[in-house]
Amino acid sequence: MKRYFSLYSQYFIGVLFGLGLIVSGMSNPQKVLNFLDITGNWDPSLIFVMGGGVLIGLAGFYIASKRAESFFGGALHIPTRRDITKPLVIGSLIFGAGWGIAGFCPGPAIVAVGQGHLKALVFVVAMLAGMLLCNRFFAGHKQSR
Amino acid sequence: MQIDWLAFSPGPALLGGLILGVAAVLYVLLHGRILGISGIVAGLLKPLAGDWNWRFSLLLGIFSAPLWAALFFDLHGVTVIDAGWPSIVIAGLLVGFGAQYGSGCTSGHGICGLSRLSPRSLVATLTFMLAGFVMVYITRHLLGL
Repeated sequence: MKRYFSLYSQYFIGVLFGLGLIVSGMSNPQKVLNFLDITGNWDPSLIFVMGGGVLIGLAGFYIASKRAESFFGGALHIPTRRDITKPLVIGSLIFGAGWGIAGFCPGPAIVAVGQGHLKALVFVVAMLAGMLLCNRFFAGHKQSR
Repeated sequence: MQIDWLAFSPGPALLGGLILGVAAVLYVLLHGRILGISGIVAGLLKPLAGDWNWRFSLLLGIFSAPLWAALFFDLHGVTVIDAGWPSIVIAGLLVGFGAQYGSGCTSGHGICGLSRLSPRSLVATLTFMLAGFVMVYITRHLLGL
């Protein structure tokens, strides 16, 4: 029984997350690109998305850090690594470059697929291919999130 | 730099950010995990891992968020995808590869990581933002795309 509630909860949190992306403007690539265009006609709105998210997150993750178990059972899988590695930096550079080309990152792209945008679907398929490529060539890099 | 005051929308951005924060906090407290979309998507590429159901439930939630949103407000025209097909494919490959190699994306490193005060996520976030700024500068202002 708890297992099904857990899956509904996953779905509900996914909907909430998607709504957050839509309301904030993050799911609109045009808005994202205008945010990344600091040397042009800059739209700084999306700073407030990060600000709002982190404001809530600081409190929530502090509470989580004091807990041993999640509500649905099992240990909390919170990353413990603190080392700054080459894959972390190079991967983030590559990620940011892709983000700056189309204005899509993974969450918003999935929202846009739900809105029926064929381009978003192609983006997601290409994204999966990119992940597979990474797994194939860097299977040993053993990164934890 | 000049600010695009016509497009500036701090209110919705902050509200959306707060919603994203609530989703991330619910996720860690209920399910004990970081709400990092790239990592959750990447896990689908290992279908034998036995954790397909919850990953799928969460992503289905994000995918169906526009349907739920349409109950409350008009979504017509909120997503504008200007990138051409080749750009979409290249961007998808880079985003997928980079997120996997760099252990996270805008949600995992950006919102959750900064909320956890993780030095790795701070470096990742600053790095992908910088790469995004540079890429938009190159495409919009150097290449005039």
